[in-house]
Amino acid sequence: MIFWIVVGWVSFLVLPWYGVEDGLFAFEWLFDGYPWDADYAPAAFLIAQGEKLWLTPLILPLVAVLFCLGRVKSDPVYAKILILTGAAGFCWVFMQGFGIGLRGWQFEWLEALFGPLGDRQFGMGFGAMLLSSAFLFLFTQGIAARGAINGDVFVVSTIGLVIAIVTIFVFFPIAKMLVAAFVTEDGNYSITVFASKFFDDRIWGLSCLTGGPRCGVAWNSLFLAVVVGFLSTALGLVFALVVTRSNFRFKRNLRALTVLPIITPPFVIGLALILMFGQSGAVTKFVADLLDMQPSRWLYGLPGLMIAQTLAFTPIAFLVLIGVVEGVSPSMEEAAQTLRAGRWQVFRTVSLPLMRPGLANAFLLGFIESMADFGNPLVLGGNYDVLSTDIFFAIVGAQYDQGRAAVLAMVLLTFTLGAFYAQRFWLGNKSYTSVSGKGDSGVHPLMPRRLAIPVYVLAAVWASFTVIIYLMIVYGSFVELWGVNNTLTFKHYFTAFSFSFVEDGIRWTGSAWDSFWTTLKIATIAAPLTASLGLVTAYLLTRQTFVGKNAFEFGTMLSFAIPGTVIGVSYILAFNVPPLELTGTGIILVISFIFRNMPVGVRAGIASMSQLDKSLDEASLTLGANSWQTFQRVILPLLRPAILAALVYSFVRAMTAISAVIFLVSAQYNMATAYIIGRVENNDYGLAIAYSTTLIVVMLTAVGILQLLVGRINIGRRSGLGSK
Amino acid sequence: MKRFSLAVVSALTALATTASTGAAAEKVTLYCSAQEDWCQVMARGFEEETGIKVNMTRKSSGETFAQIKAESANPKGDVWWGGTGDPHLQAAEEGLTEPYVTPMRGELNDWAISQATSAGDKTIGIYSGALGYGYNKDLLAAAGLPEPKCWADLTKPEFKGHVQMANPNSSGTAYTTLATIMQLFGEDKGFDFMKALHVNINQYTKSGSAPIKAAARGETTVGIVFMHDAVKQAVKGFPITVVAPCEGTGYEIGSMSIILGSRNLENAQKFYDWALTADVQSMALQVNAFQVPSNKGAETSPSAPDLASIKLIDYDFKLYGSSAERRRLLKKWDEDVSVLPQ
Repeated sequence: MIFWIVVGWVSFLVLPWYGVEDGLFAFEWLFDGYPWDADYAPAAFLIAQGEKLWLTPLILPLVAVLFCLGRVKSDPVYAKILILTGAAGFCWVFMQGFGIGLRGWQFEWLEALFGPLGDRQFGMGFGAMLLSSAFLFLFTQGIAARGAINGDVFVVSTIGLVIAIVTIFVFFPIAKMLVAAFVTEDGNYSITVFASKFFDDRIWGLSCLTGGPRCGVAWNSLFLAVVVGFLSTALGLVFALVVTRSNFRFKRNLRALTVLPIITPPFVIGLALILMFGQSGAVTKFVADLLDMQPSRWLYGLPGLMIAQTLAFTPIAFLVLIGVVEGVSPSMEEAAQTLRAGRWQVFRTVSLPLMRPGLANAFLLGFIESMADFGNPLVLGGNYDVLSTDIFFAIVGAQYDQGRAAVLAMVLLTFTLGAFYAQRFWLGNKSYTSVSGKGDSGVHPLMPRRLAIPVYVLAAVWASFTVIIYLMIVYGSFVELWGVNNTLTFKHYFTAFSFSFVEDGIRWTGSAWDSFWTTLKIATIAAPLTASLGLVTAYLLTRQTFVGKNAFEFGTMLSFAIPGTVIGVSYILAFNVPPLELTGTGIILVISFIFRNMPVGVRAGIASMSQLDKSLDEASLTLGANSWQTFQRVILPLLRPAILAALVYSFVRAMTAISAVIFLVSAQYNMATAYIIGRVENNDYGLAIAYSTTLIVVMLTAVGILQLLVGRINIGRRSGLGSK
Repeated sequence: MKRFSLAVVSALTALATTASTGAAAEKVTLYCSAQEDWCQVMARGFEEETGIKVNMTRKSSGETFAQIKAESANPKGDVWWGGTGDPHLQAAEEGLTEPYVTPMRGELNDWAISQATSAGDKTIGIYSGALGYGYNKDLLAAAGLPEPKCWADLTKPEFKGHVQMANPNSSGTAYTTLATIMQLFGEDKGFDFMKALHVNINQYTKSGSAPIKAAARGETTVGIVFMHDAVKQAVKGFPITVVAPCEGTGYEIGSMSIILGSRNLENAQKFYDWALTADVQSMALQVNAFQVPSNKGAETSPSAPDLASIKLIDYDFKLYGSSAERRRLLKKWDEDVSVLPQ
């Protein structure tokens, strides 16, 4: 607590209150007129000079909090002081931030109340940010001191922190965007406008059932998402079973293979599919010649979308499921076997039901990913319109219609919410705990034969399909003009990644280096942050109870469910102006990645944690560890697969995400995918694919390194699998 | 104010001390909506010639417009160069860009100037390109189709399922097509044409140049696009033939605007003037951009469609560029054309 009081005072007295234009990490301000220059001055110096007087009230809570020094924790006054000062300080920082902006008062009623303000202010800097976090933590410590969650400071502070940042970086921008659904053409608010936009026939039309040309986009998206959700979950389970419960020799390769599609930049899979199955695709032509038919455009529309999305999202299901399948305790399966159940019976009645949390979470992720997918519908959608692309083109299309985009985004969110609750309903209130503190030896049984054969066949077919597609992609990066001129060449790699040795080192002359380094840097910063935030959130959601937990859980899914484009635009709307002025920086990219990819960490964490017996935590707590130690020394080591999934996923997605990024990149912070999409738009496929191939190799290496670092889970005393 | 004073301070420091510290303050933020390599050439070229640092971001014209609009409370960009003229006109109409009369006007073609006057000097033409279509020779021969020469040829029943164009709701190119047809045939006959065409369309793509890329890869026979996009595919080696429709056709004017509230206004204007010079516009040849430059003295590629030999309509940018007319036409197209069975 004393720590946070000190932080509060330091940030008020010493650190510059407003954001420094050259970014948080440029320290020129130290030498440039600090501390008196208004651009760099700390709040205290501003007030002393009679400027920005609305910051004065902040002194009150900072002084008041000093009164609890010397009091004991159990003193009710202690808690009261902390709560009051924390809340008051935090609220005031934000109220003044939103109330007073670049052009003076931000709201007309404020101007009416206080008269015009001759001053204005800019985005928050170090001082403001640290001070508000200091207030936040003082507040949570007050709550804990009052006895909430057994007075556990760590848990209460974490809940407070996660809620605060999710509110700022998820709820706030999305709310700002969705308000547009109610705005009329002349800028007023109206419910009827919303209704007329919402009940549009283009969204909800059902004419395709009665022979009309097409259905509404809402139904299209829903149908596609459900199908893809099922397919990817089923295939994910197939791969998870092959890897964990079979004697298959090339498990490791299979593992790498299933990860390939998520590390593939957008458009590449679609492109490869077109070259194989498009109207002039190799396979289509071959089959058409064989059957003596005209080659058709069958790929465009639902079939193509289904193939591409299943290919792309199966790995995510796999990543979630592998942890769960590994985590099912062998002793339960052995118990069933001892009771004379056949292998098939064990699988059906013991193993499968215990995998339910994994299945449900995998389906949910597949569903949401399909809903929000942008690249595949753009390339393969044909006339099968879906919500995500419609939202994008409502914003960037010939008719700038933010209202329609907001309405479509709402429809999409409703579906997501529906899927989320369906998932909860299906899991019900049952317990899926199977890893307990008790000694746990034994190995997983092999798959029953009845299951093994179809699983092998499916896995083999799908794996070879993936291999062929990736071979095509690699090949594509080495030919002059894919599909037309098949002369082999290194040209594309030279253009993108050439470098030369000069006297003082290497000169990176290729056109792609710039975006390549930026992407690598940002992904490396974002991945650990994303994973830790996701796992901590999962811990809170599974292990703690607090008011508003359900809403909070859904909130963490929001930014993942909304298509990136909407996130991109809403981030510009929310963070281009004070108090949080972040556009044009690398920070906004990192933040957008954290909040877009965090849900995977949350889902994987929840799925794994619901298998860990709560008595493990309790044992640790009884032995005198606090909840942070318990989390760190007991739960984290058991969560390795989930940690790996979250790290890999967030690193990879930060490198391959496109739709949110496109609005957030700036000249200094250009991302690889934005570069690739520029090339694709220019039909420069060779270069785009060469760059993508390089990224794939880089990511595979990174995934390998991560796997080594995190290590494997070892529950009980199992030695290898299927060794009997 | 903060940033302005910062710029002033650093400019003064630059005068007082060495030039190197000051150079950091001399910058201009460029939003570029042309093809990536062209944008690079422009940015690096300006840096080399003036020493002013160019921070360039490339996005499509629709994306750039959305971004400028979202940023309007606190603009981050200075100049918006390239991209079809419609979003530039829309930005001018919504007061997102700033009027500027360049001394270069004497060297420009009339269409470039008329683009500027129709937007109250808030934008200017930098290149132009005619609308047309391209077809894949190999697929056309394989399907035994006659060579199309006119707009009307595309509505013939044998072309059913062979034509691709973008959706005018999402693409500026397709909206230009719709507006061109209206101006060529009149509104009633124009919509009859769009209905007849609708029957033959195999897909309305989202992005404007997608149809010709599909044609290049053999995924559709005909793609309706700007002719310079079709030429680019042909030059790259794809089996594409470019057609200037016999009835006449419309065109786009690629434009440039200065963003209202620019933080480096002087540099933005310097870039604006520089981008209109003949030498700079000739640089388009280095990157295979086949648009017609707006400076009369600039070189044009021999492969570029020759605007003089194409029958161009007198395109009414003022009327068809206005938000109200656009909304009306698109609504009508949505209700009368897009719902018909194919």
